[in-house]
Amino acid sequence: MVEMSGAQALIEALYKEKVEVIFGLPGGAMIPVYDVLRDSKIRHILGRHEQSVAHMAEGFARASGRVGVCMATSGPGATNLVTGIANAYMDSSSIVAVTGQVPTSMIGKDAFQEVDIIGITTPITKHNFQPRYASEIPKTVKMAFHIASTGRPGPVLIDIPKDVQSNTADMIFPNKVEIRGYNPNISPHPLQVKKAIDLLTKAEKPVIMAGGGVILSNASQKLQAMAELLLAPVVTTLMSKGCFPENHPLSLGVLGMHGSAEANKLILEADVLLAAGARFSDRTTGKIEEFCPDTKIIHIDIDPSEIGKNKAIDVPIVGDLSKTLDMLYDSLAKRLEKREDSPWLRRVRQTREEFKGKMIDQGEDLAPPKLLKKLRELLPNKAVITTEVGQNQMWASLYFKVFEPRTFISSGGLGTMGFGFPAAIGAKVARPDVPVVDIAGDGSFAMTANSLATSVLEKIPVIVVILNNSMLGMVAQWQRLFYNRRYSAVELGAAPDFVKLAEAFGAQGFRIGSLDEFTKVVKGALKSEVTTVIDVPISPEENVFPMVPAGKGLKDTIYG
Amino acid sequence: MERRVKKTYIISTIVENKPGVLHKASNMFRCRGFNIDSISVGPTEHKDLSRMTITIKGDSATVEQVVKQLAKLIDVIKVSALSLGSTVVRELALVKLHVADARARSDIINYANVFRSRVVDVAPGSITVEVTGSPDKIDAFITLASTFGIKEIARTGITALVRG
Ligand SMILES: Cc1ncc(C[n+]2csc(CCOP(=O)(O)OP(=O)(O)O)c2C)c(N)n1
Ligand SMILES: [Mg+2]
Repeated sequence: MVEMSGAQALIEALYKEKVEVIFGLPGGAMIPVYDVLRDSKIRHILGRHEQSVAHMAEGFARASGRVGVCMATSGPGATNLVTGIANAYMDSSSIVAVTGQVPTSMIGKDAFQEVDIIGITTPITKHNFQPRYASEIPKTVKMAFHIASTGRPGPVLIDIPKDVQSNTADMIFPNKVEIRGYNPNISPHPLQVKKAIDLLTKAEKPVIMAGGGVILSNASQKLQAMAELLLAPVVTTLMSKGCFPENHPLSLGVLGMHGSAEANKLILEADVLLAAGARFSDRTTGKIEEFCPDTKIIHIDIDPSEIGKNKAIDVPIVGDLSKTLDMLYDSLAKRLEKREDSPWLRRVRQTREEFKGKMIDQGEDLAPPKLLKKLRELLPNKAVITTEVGQNQMWASLYFKVFEPRTFISSGGLGTMGFGFPAAIGAKVARPDVPVVDIAGDGSFAMTANSLATSVLEKIPVIVVILNNSMLGMVAQWQRLFYNRRYSAVELGAAPDFVKLAEAFGAQGFRIGSLDEFTKVVKGALKSEVTTVIDVPISPEENVFPMVPAGKGLKDTIYG
Repeated sequence: MERRVKKTYIISTIVENKPGVLHKASNMFRCRGFNIDSISVGPTEHKDLSRMTITIKGDSATVEQVVKQLAKLIDVIKVSALSLGSTVVRELALVKLHVADARARSDIINYANVFRSRVVDVAPGSITVEVTGSPDKIDAFITLASTFGIKEIARTGITALVRG
């Protein structure tokens, strides 16, 4: 037992969790914590808006597989975090957010900068805590990290009243915690596994739908082995892009509203669908009634509530994906012969041939598909890509091929404009050894561009490629296609000048006019010690295809 | 389809006896669009645990989701959807009735006896009866009471335990 303040206990507990970096922004209700942080070995990275520090923590978490930590003060600091926390919740990212709170004696009095952040974040956190005594802090931190990082990961918030930060107590730092209402280590039921094996053994046209869970449980290699054994083509979701190499002959790419033509087509032909750590979101499945209505579906998920939530399942398996895939593989390997080819694979190749050429290399020089293909050539496979939200994101999903897990980080569930740039900064902190590139839209980048200050001053160089259509492009696309071209509030004009904006923050900015120039600038950026913003003017009329209109099924995919 | 038939379900949960737990649970219902018919919360034989008994109307798929979403909450330790057959179900209601005259008063007292309920307050112009039993019994008493004129009703919501 050691006597120390709540603030000291917090930093000590974080240190014991091996936290090396905190993304944050202080304020009155956090001064005791920041006072301790000043002398700590933990690096603090100062953001310019709390939304961004939460995204940075998430970028860090998703690039590294560790827990990302962010901090904010009470009131507006805490409410600014909300978007970032919600984003992490929707995408099952492990972050711990620490907020300051008014002193316990002031809670409920509408004190200055008081906000009920526990109430506000209850639906968007995996769990939240408000320790009322300093002595509770070590255990609370231990529980927060345990909850955030195990089972289905998610954000956890710890709201610490200011007096709890400054009061001292005898502290005990537990090495382990048991939470009786939380048991994330669910072993798959052998009977269910057997049913799945029977279905998969007989499958003639199996498809694997890999979800974000594959990345979260580090099961990419197992998934690949399974696909090769079953000769099952693999579709991914936006969340799992990268868990299966997109240059693999069995890769069909991402499916969904802006899925690849072959993914959207072939999944509907499957006789058995193995859904691994996917949650059947509407953007992925399209109209759910028309999603694989006659297919036998096996669904593996560690979160029991995901099973049957959106889609009735034939063989549900609750369990850790990595463990479950091991069990499935061991049995299937004994039953199935290794094959090189199958009628189903011939069908896959034929479909791919049919769509070939329709998809890429179309349009002018700086058309996004061409540009992104060029970007891929310029970057090593291990480079980490983040995206903003809108057309830029969907172009990235369709045309930027990814080969390794944790190298594609995008706001999937919440679709948060402004996510990509701070997430890139967080990812770069986690992976300083690899280039990190945010594929951005002009609208989205403008939302969190003030993080340029953080990236420059904290020396976290990333590359931002703005596909600049001077539009809220995705909204404009819907208005063009479904509202008779009646543009409403989507024209962004020429403000800001992103080159000057970058320079104003001490970053470098370039506006490029050709693929050659783009190549040169990217090569330079890869060697640069400061952040590079590359403004790529593209046509405001460009659409993203394929597309499934809202409310329609995958079979109604329009190809352009 | 069996899964789509709507019925009343009783969901019994054991939760941490801590501030904020009721909010977390009830908030889940609101966020996910499930409707609570009644909810009752009280202590159990362990002082650090509470029991929440929730009744909802829904099909079996909905109830399955409700149970799973409740179980997912960290402060919820155990959840079960109880089947009516094997469950003791009780509710308490206080019913305040208009009393027009002495005749009405004695009628009410007689009916209260038939329902094995108790008169707990008598005042000029009103009588308050305490009824305990299954929700059906309470509904029946209320229907009867309405012929006299009901001033106010307070019902506790269902509480339940598995038999045996
Ligand atoms: C914070 C937020 N506000 C609004 C939206 C709705 N929205 C979705 S895409 C989009 C346009 C994005 O514009 P831009 O970043 O320029 O990307 P583009 O589609 O042009 O590539 C908007 C406004 C959103 N997803 N997030
Ligand atoms: Mg745009």
